[in-house]
Amino acid sequence: MTSEMTARAPLVELRNMSVSFGGVHAVNDVTVDLYPGEIVGIVGGNGAGKSTLIKTLSGAQRADSGQIFIDGEPVSINTPRDAKALGVETIYQTLALADNLDSPSNMFLGRELLTRWRTLDDSGMEDAARKVMTRLNPKFQNFKVPVASLSGGQRQGVAIARAVHFNARILIMDEPTAALGPAETEQVRGLMRRLQQEGIGIFLISHDIHDVFDLAGRISVMLQGKLVGTVNKDDVTMDEVLAMIIIGKLPEEVTKTELEQLHG
Amino acid sequence: MSVVEAPPTQSDTPEQSTRRSFGSFLRDNEIDTRMAGMIALLLVIWVGFHFLSGGTFLTPRNLWNLSVQTSTVGIMATGMVLVIVSRNIDLSVGSMVGVVGMVMAILQFEWLPPLMGLGNQWIWIITIVIGLALGALIGAFQGSIIAYAGVPSFIVTLGGLLVWRGFAWLTASGRTLAPMDATFQLLGGGSRGSLGETGSWVVGGVACIGIVALLVLGRRRRRKFGFRLRPMWLDVTLGVFGCAVVLGAVWVTNSYYLPESIAREVAEERGIPWPQGGLQIPLGIPYPVLILIGVTLVMGFIANRRRFGRNIYAIGGNPEAAELGGINTRRTIVKTFMTMGILVGVSAAVSIARLNAAVSGLGTLSELYVIAAAVIGGTSLSGGIGTIPGAILGALVMQSLQSGMVLLGVGAPMQDVVLGVVLVTAVAIDATFRRRTAR
Repeated sequence: MTSEMTARAPLVELRNMSVSFGGVHAVNDVTVDLYPGEIVGIVGGNGAGKSTLIKTLSGAQRADSGQIFIDGEPVSINTPRDAKALGVETIYQTLALADNLDSPSNMFLGRELLTRWRTLDDSGMEDAARKVMTRLNPKFQNFKVPVASLSGGQRQGVAIARAVHFNARILIMDEPTAALGPAETEQVRGLMRRLQQEGIGIFLISHDIHDVFDLAGRISVMLQGKLVGTVNKDDVTMDEVLAMIIIGKLPEEVTKTELEQLHG
Repeated sequence: MSVVEAPPTQSDTPEQSTRRSFGSFLRDNEIDTRMAGMIALLLVIWVGFHFLSGGTFLTPRNLWNLSVQTSTVGIMATGMVLVIVSRNIDLSVGSMVGVVGMVMAILQFEWLPPLMGLGNQWIWIITIVIGLALGALIGAFQGSIIAYAGVPSFIVTLGGLLVWRGFAWLTASGRTLAPMDATFQLLGGGSRGSLGETGSWVVGGVACIGIVALLVLGRRRRRKFGFRLRPMWLDVTLGVFGCAVVLGAVWVTNSYYLPESIAREVAEERGIPWPQGGLQIPLGIPYPVLILIGVTLVMGFIANRRRFGRNIYAIGGNPEAAELGGINTRRTIVKTFMTMGILVGVSAAVSIARLNAAVSGLGTLSELYVIAAAVIGGTSLSGGIGTIPGAILGALVMQSLQSGMVLLGVGAPMQDVVLGVVLVTAVAIDATFRRRTAR
């Protein structure tokens, strides 16, 4: 974190967020933030609460308490629509595609373009989809087939194109490369770096610690709904982050023996 | 169309490759192979019955009646497509026809005439408006329980099936109400409820202009965005085929003439002297069919060109994605059931007009015919897939089978057996077809 960054208000801050499901604290008093042009990795084991935390920002999950700030201003996000209006786009692990519809329809899902007679502007949507998709993947041509018949990478492409087209300022990527092969993974990584250079802030949720180390500037670690801590990638080793994920201890608290046991 | 006729499951490679390339040719040009197959099936049924019945099936009289009989189920099937596409079902439409039909009958039979005077021209209009509003209300009510209280639509509408049938009885204490208002009766077709020769040709002409305009506008739009165009010959073929079907249908309805007794009355009304050899007055397009065509156009427009329709398909494809995409899924579901309710109102109006009476049992079991029409027409019960024209074709296939069997003297029990078998077979073939095409 450079000093000129901290001087400004963060692009997003999730402050003291809590979500519980019937007495289970899925997210317990967690605070994370994100600056423009920054990638923050959110890591943790299964059930650590990463996805739930981030869903409070994307509008898919209401928080029980806590406050979200965008550009330092408190905002209220109750539905996915609210989030999108604030420039928050989400690429879900499940991709959130309607398999029976083609890629332009999926890109504009819930935000369809209309003609001046208030009918669907399918040609306009196809045109916009062609522009964005060919930028991401020049070889893509299947604009008229249901996305069910696309490959995993192409489906991912549709989900990403959706975020890109609507000019996201804040991008949430939940396990973006989990279903992809090596080449496609590299493609997505390249894209994320490009978006980062354009000044977009990205929350990257991932199991894959290599992914996170490769891309993120800061890493927030969660364990059992709580934030273990947020560290600067350059100040820690991969083992130290693993220790945070598994035993929930910060680098300065963890002992050498504990670190060695991680690989036992 | 020949893609369906092609010899089945031969696994030698050249055969398969030609078939696949023809299939992809159709796909590339956005031609619905399933729809083409349905039309082929319908033609096979028609020609088959024509020969089996010794040439009585493909006559203007039979086809005219067939079209009228198809309308009540067809009208509701267009709405059922959207309901099923949204991953729901409506089992209550038959009972809703009962109660809405009963209320419309009472309105024009008992309530409105004393207020407005018998034969007042407003009676039938007010009756229809109230009938459609009642249908919309019931649909919205059931839809709200489904969307907001989270009760499965199967249960809500199963309850509705009992409740609305009960109300149909309670409304008129089991009486039969007849006759209907004189103008209202025309909605049901019958000897007088048709457009006549000139009107029918005008409708046919307008439809042809519409078909050509759609093709031309489609080409122009695709050119504007620089998308690939269909080959010109294909668009021309489609246009010619479409116009031929439309004008052929008009010609058929115009080849069916009024029975002599009614022709005499009409001649008298119009002051035409009755000629020696009799007078042949063509019926033309029956009003119920005109209503069906109108409903199909409106519903097709909603399904394909309106955000509401697109949202229904999105919900059917992936409810979670639709919600995350910012679609108000609950309101969409309520509106879907409301649309279904309005169509039930239209269908009920046609039904009581055709019967010229309302009975408490009106519409019994028609939910099953409506669902079957939608499903035979390619609507998938798992949601997300289905077309409005498909449902109309489905209704036409079922009605053709039924009326063909009547011509062959097949008894009612055997008719049910055949229809049941056809329903299951159609879905089985469809499922296999889908598995094979889904890469």
